[in-house]
Amino acid sequence: MMKKLFVLLLLSLLVFSGCHGKKGVPDDGETFHVDTGSFNEEKNYEITFWAKNDTNVAQTAIYEKAIADFEELYPNITVKYKPYTDYRRIYNDVITNIATDTTPNVCITYPDHIATYITGGDTVVPLDALMADENYGLGGKKLRFVSPQKHEIVEKFLQEGKISGTQYALPFMRSTEACYINKTFVEKLGFEIPENLTWDFVWDVSEAAMQKDDNGNFAVNGQKVMIPFIYKSTDNMMIQMLYQQSAPYASENGEVLVFNDYTKQILMDVATHAHSRAFSTFKISSYPANFLNAGQCIFAVDSTAGATWMGKDAPNCDISEDNIVDFETVIMPVPQYDTENPKMISQGPSVCVFNKEDDGEVVAAWLFTQFLLTNDVQIAYSQTEGYVPVTHMAQNSSEYSDYISREGEDNDLYYDIKIKAAKLLSENTDNTFTTPVFNGSADLRSAAGEMIEIVTKSVRRGQTVNEKFIEGVFDEASSLYRLESIEPGLSSPKKADFGPLPTGAKALIISLVSVWIILIVYAVASSKKRR
Amino acid sequence: MKKFLSLILALLMCVFAFVACVADVDVDENASDANLEADEVEEGEADVEAEPEEKVMTHAEYVAAALDDDVVVDAYVQGKQSWWDNKATVYLQDEEGAYFAYEMACSEEDYALLEKGTHIKVKGYKAEWSGEVEIVDATFEIIEGNFVAEAVDATAWLGTDELIKHQNELVSFKGMTVENISFKNDQPGDDIYVTLSKDGVNYEFCVEFYLTGTETEVYQTVSALEQGDVVDVEGFLYWYEGPNTHITSIAVAE
Repeated sequence: MMKKLFVLLLLSLLVFSGCHGKKGVPDDGETFHVDTGSFNEEKNYEITFWAKNDTNVAQTAIYEKAIADFEELYPNITVKYKPYTDYRRIYNDVITNIATDTTPNVCITYPDHIATYITGGDTVVPLDALMADENYGLGGKKLRFVSPQKHEIVEKFLQEGKISGTQYALPFMRSTEACYINKTFVEKLGFEIPENLTWDFVWDVSEAAMQKDDNGNFAVNGQKVMIPFIYKSTDNMMIQMLYQQSAPYASENGEVLVFNDYTKQILMDVATHAHSRAFSTFKISSYPANFLNAGQCIFAVDSTAGATWMGKDAPNCDISEDNIVDFETVIMPVPQYDTENPKMISQGPSVCVFNKEDDGEVVAAWLFTQFLLTNDVQIAYSQTEGYVPVTHMAQNSSEYSDYISREGEDNDLYYDIKIKAAKLLSENTDNTFTTPVFNGSADLRSAAGEMIEIVTKSVRRGQTVNEKFIEGVFDEASSLYRLESIEPGLSSPKKADFGPLPTGAKALIISLVSVWIILIVYAVASSKKRR
Repeated sequence: MKKFLSLILALLMCVFAFVACVADVDVDENASDANLEADEVEEGEADVEAEPEEKVMTHAEYVAAALDDDVVVDAYVQGKQSWWDNKATVYLQDEEGAYFAYEMACSEEDYALLEKGTHIKVKGYKAEWSGEVEIVDATFEIIEGNFVAEAVDATAWLGTDELIKHQNELVSFKGMTVENISFKNDQPGDDIYVTLSKDGVNYEFCVEFYLTGTETEVYQTVSALEQGDVVDVEGFLYWYEGPNTHITSIAVAE
């Protein structure tokens, strides 16, 4: 009997010797489970936090204060902060660190990026169960701070962190894009800013601004430089132009639909105005704010989270004071095709938790993640730029209401353009949208913007942009971002394609089969002997 | 017999579990080899489809070219700023002047071949970004020759129109007074913004961490500077809304 047991035990070991995943849990989001009971309030944990700021040291200071406050509440948890100023850099570093199993614990990111992270398996922690945990969940009994309950997070923003029905990210801050306008120049050119900004209006004014005087200077500003319309994120420009026309971009399950006639027409329009040099982009020319403040741009489209750089009195500025001109700044939603049905993108940082061997460490990271949604952090961070807090708790607080009501009291905390930017999003939250999230959606975004960049550069370089050329741009963008490798229907979490079975796995299967054969032969032989 | 069978099974389990782990490593190595082979094939094809020689511009012709014109120059690598996503950013210079090649198409292997003094021919487009004139969307090839530039003392050109004529060159500024040091993220680990003055006028400099790294002597020395220190600096005369030299070495006056 003992011998039989021994053989069975060996077999069991053999079967499980091939399993080496973290915690031995399945890698699909539905059955992933973090044992919150593993969190030991007496044990020391060190967690890493990778966060993006908008090249704004005030934001760094707020992260540092949040960490200090959190560590005071939880002396057993140390948070190591690594600052970034670029989402793409975080994305690349995370991808690199997934391979070496050295991901951060908590990371500011975009859902598009998470969709790629989770293709590697159980890399990112699904938050649904953690959010609902009675002790350490949102509003949990054992929390040492006042965390928002689930219904206190703006539902629309919360939904943006869901991938295939699983909550992988919490919103941290929300922004949208806005058009910062030199009203003085618009009126000097004989136009009046309409109640609702349209693409036609922006193009018309921009072309009018290209007139030069007898000295070769631009008539509107008397300078040698004038780029009337500069767009910071051409990814967003293309996406919003398509969504505003209800044109195809991508399906919910990852079908790439961006290469269509609407896109062609948008690119033809861009080519027309790039040819006259009335339009340019951040990548080609530089920050829209620098040109706006120097009186060399009339329509600067940038994030509401860039509001502190916009306007002659902006608290942040990269150009020398003697290059700043006097003008009136107006902030409006991005230009629209259909003013009755405005659409603008919802963006801004989200936060996710990475999986670790120790569930207690994951819970420690989750606690810090929740702490980022507390009023102190939310309100302070939202005041650094034209951000909106993501919780009703913060938005409805007297402190935030007081802040919003003091628009223009100074050119620092109460800088009017910044507070107007936040109001713009609050008033238009129902008009915001996000694009489908799937493995490859980040590349699709980049490809959408790249098409505008390619067309703009090509026209400037004297190339003819026609339908045939744009077909070539479609191919180039698709190839550059490997869009053909996106598999529709495998909306994340998608299992990674690991290619052919490795030699080791094959050897393991062969060994299993061999052992079973030996066992069966032995059993048959024994049976015959007994007879 | 039963004991023997049990032992055989136990042995088989150990051997195959070990083979499984080792074999996984082998697979990765094979994958790398496959990539290398693919690169070699691509290089071979490029040789077959070699294009006719383009006329290489003099520095004066490059300066005279309009923005967005296609340009072909040959010059020597003086500083490697970054490689990322198969794109390399480098400072180039020859006896006539300097160039900044921004995000040239470049494999990681080719980037490793670029050293200070390496002679390369660059084909791309002339562009300007916040005052910095650069070559973008470029490709390059390594050619014969080697040249390492000496830093030119540009102190006397501060505040004059002469300075921009030396854009991107390796230059030095002597006897500068430290006015302000600030870190990009308010802490070490990224760029350091440096304000230095001469004769009461402030000038902006930067320790670009992609260019220098954070563990270098220059990064550490600049991090420790205090207002009022007097320094000699050397670096590439980059431009961002005005001169913004990327410091590559620094000496603090005794």
